[in-house]
Amino acid sequence: MRDGHIERLIQLLARLPGLGPRSARRAALHLVKRRDTLLEPLARALNAVADAVRPCSTCGNLDAVDPCGVCVDGRRDPSRICVVEEVADLWALERAGVFRGRYQVLGGTLSALDGIGPEDLNIASLIARARKPEVREIILALNATVDGQTTTHYIHDCLAACDVDVSQLAHGVPVGGELDYLDDGTIGAALKSRRRM
Amino acid sequence: MEWTDEGIVLSARKHGESSAIAQLLTGHRGRHAGLVRGGAGRRIRGVLQPGNQVSASWRARLAEHLGILTVEPMRARAANFLSDSDRLAGLSAACAVAEVVLPERQPHRGTYEGMMTLLDEIERSESWPLVYVRWEAGLLAELGFGLDLGSCARTGAETGLAYVSPRSGRAVGAAAAGEYRDRLLPLPAFLVADGRGAGRALPATLGDLRDAAADGLALTGHFLARHVLGDRGGALPPARARLVERFSRRNTIPSDISVR
Repeated sequence: MRDGHIERLIQLLARLPGLGPRSARRAALHLVKRRDTLLEPLARALNAVADAVRPCSTCGNLDAVDPCGVCVDGRRDPSRICVVEEVADLWALERAGVFRGRYQVLGGTLSALDGIGPEDLNIASLIARARKPEVREIILALNATVDGQTTTHYIHDCLAACDVDVSQLAHGVPVGGELDYLDDGTIGAALKSRRRM
Repeated sequence: MEWTDEGIVLSARKHGESSAIAQLLTGHRGRHAGLVRGGAGRRIRGVLQPGNQVSASWRARLAEHLGILTVEPMRARAANFLSDSDRLAGLSAACAVAEVVLPERQPHRGTYEGMMTLLDEIERSESWPLVYVRWEAGLLAELGFGLDLGSCARTGAETGLAYVSPRSGRAVGAAAAGEYRDRLLPLPAFLVADGRGAGRALPATLGDLRDAAADGLALTGHFLARHVLGDRGGALPPARARLVERFSRRNTIPSDISVR
């Protein structure tokens, strides 16, 4: 018979991505057994995140300060804004370390199925940022899905009146990819996006 | 219960952590949904993009169950449209309209074949917007609300047709419209020429084509909303509204570009 507190912990852990009831039970037991080294530090970390972390009012990134660290970093190029769907995509670009501009997190993509329209995304604030004189390029880094590209084209249309260059990520063969293993769509997109050497 | 059929992916919504509920327009079973295990995962997510053609197998204990779908890619059409905003809007609108309008699990072979033709045309032809409008007119006919564009509802004349009655769906001649002109829907000439082999009314320029498509979309949209969705309290999907909006922007397209 489990204590009500532990049962509650298991229920909450089971809601996390990647965890089901069985793995949540294992995780809860693991935490309880390591009270000093894991449970209490984790509880403090969760509390701190719950208290401090908020969406950045400029770009939508998550940080303990507003504007976020990326927006206030003076070493970053303010003339380029990379538009991503979710914070996880921003983190992926930061992990790669290839982009030194600023970001705009949309918070999703246009989706008729999920009832997400333009007003539900951070598009208005992107347009406001694009109108600033220091901004020269908007890079649309949305997923290569029908919803992602529909959103890309919609934003491109919205930015038509702004004096900025609009670009988007290339679609095609991933690094390390072998043609034999790629799906038809990817090969087609790669061929369409071929460039002169 | 088990079947295997070809289908076109209309939509896929994530279900749980790794699965998806996919809606297919199948060749012999109409619009059909099913749970695709791993459908939200990296391997299958690309296959479940709207417009892709798949070979689908469905299995369930009882016919009324949602059932498990397994899909194999046959033709990845979606990727061909991603870079073209108009064509992508056409693909999204066709899939969204088929999903909203067609009843589930009722065979509509004509609509399926029409959609295959439409997707082919979107992929290769500049005049695909006209094919799209014809496909929606065919959809109306398949659902029992076909437009009667053969002759004027008032005079019986077969020429000079320029309007459609928003109530009856019958054509009205330009001369016979009279004082009701403002209350009637414009009838694009390419719809009148359809089926007669004349082909005389095809728009000559891309600007004309977009105008004709906008009129055609207004016409079919009116009857889809009134007859098909009106009784169900539904509305035309936002993806179609975006397509209409694209073709309504007449000033952005140079009018002298020829249609290929």
